[in-house]
Amino acid sequence: MIESLRATCRRLLETGTAQVVIGYGQADPGKAVHPVFIRRPEDADQLTWNDQCYPNLVAYLKRKEVQSLGKAAIVVKGCDERGLIVLERESQIDRGSLYVIGIVCGGVGNPKLDKCKSCGAHRPRFANEILGESSLLQDGVGQKWQALEEFLTKSPSQRMAYWQNEFSRCLKCYACRQVCPMCYCERCLVDKNRPTCIDTSPTLKGNFAWHITRAFHLAGRCIGCDECTRVCPVGIDLRLLNQSLAKAAEEQFGYRAGMDPQAEPLIGSYSLQDKDGFIG
Amino acid sequence: MSVPQTFEPKIVAFVCNWCTYLGADLAGTNRLEYPANVRIIRLPCTGRIDFNLIIKAFELNADAVLVSGCHPGDCHYTTGNYHARRRWMLFRELLSTLGFDLNRIHFTWISAAEGKKWQQVITEITEKTREMGPYPYLAIPDASVSTVDHGESTA
Repeated sequence: MIESLRATCRRLLETGTAQVVIGYGQADPGKAVHPVFIRRPEDADQLTWNDQCYPNLVAYLKRKEVQSLGKAAIVVKGCDERGLIVLERESQIDRGSLYVIGIVCGGVGNPKLDKCKSCGAHRPRFANEILGESSLLQDGVGQKWQALEEFLTKSPSQRMAYWQNEFSRCLKCYACRQVCPMCYCERCLVDKNRPTCIDTSPTLKGNFAWHITRAFHLAGRCIGCDECTRVCPVGIDLRLLNQSLAKAAEEQFGYRAGMDPQAEPLIGSYSLQDKDGFIG
Repeated sequence: MSVPQTFEPKIVAFVCNWCTYLGADLAGTNRLEYPANVRIIRLPCTGRIDFNLIIKAFELNADAVLVSGCHPGDCHYTTGNYHARRRWMLFRELLSTLGFDLNRIHFTWISAAEGKKWQQVITEITEKTREMGPYPYLAIPDASVSTVDHGESTA
């Protein structure tokens, strides 16, 4: 599997199909997996694949310094590929000039992450090339909204107290934004200061405004990679917010971001049948 | 907790230029009285009403927020209110997960001819908010309801 991945990388670079291959690398077994940007065929051996490959490499496609490396090939898991579909639908990437190496993934983490247990996309569907064996996990065997549903058993005031406690630790480092494959605004709302919309200092009000903004800008777009939660240095469980929007999108509109390449973006479209029972 | 008699709710209404604003105007020209607790903010369309405006209103101590625009099918820009409706459907879910009091956030369709409805809506919201008392948005949480565990999040 790793050998065929490296061979593919070598081939792509030698034939000029791609100028850079974005994949996973690992300095030593046991060390953290990190992204690698392979530009020479002889470096292809840096590529690796194992169950520690958490990062969603799609996030790097939005970086100017990566774009400047030329035509890219990217290694994606089935779940990461959903991000490519959203970005393509929103005209953020040119799928024709991107070579996608899909990897059939049996779930990452040891033990497997919750998101992998309920993942509906272990096998990439639209990649130019699909590597790997059949998945270890069945698609969608886990409880998809388990964490959220447990959280929603709390009363509203308990929920508010919980988030106040969580957001009081937020440092406003914006790691959640930087790691997100869906956050691609050249200038983020939170960085705009004429006038200031969101308080930039890590006050409780500013933190609430930031996290509401971050979550809602992902409404109907979040692919549930949970990278924001993984990278949060103070361990805020942001996936609960993402899940509440994803659950509403699925239950009220039958929409799952990045599953159907033809589907209209949820927030960019409307239906005359949308329910408005809450509107007086 | 008893609410002091002097409490006057602060209500912020984000309204569209073409329907609800004119409805409120009509209420005025018809001499229909409604509580002075409402602060009207006129925007081009409900489709323009950014959710951050609602958050900002609460940050500035609003006790309730109203979002109001043209009835479905009546939008001056044809589809602005349909886009807004879908957005609010999702936004309410997010606010609910965060533990916001959804009784403080109101949505209505009020046309340019419905001065009477404007009067009723504002009167109702004001009365309801007066009963509920001030909205302690982001006040320090009561220690007794804080059931937070600081376990590490996944991965």
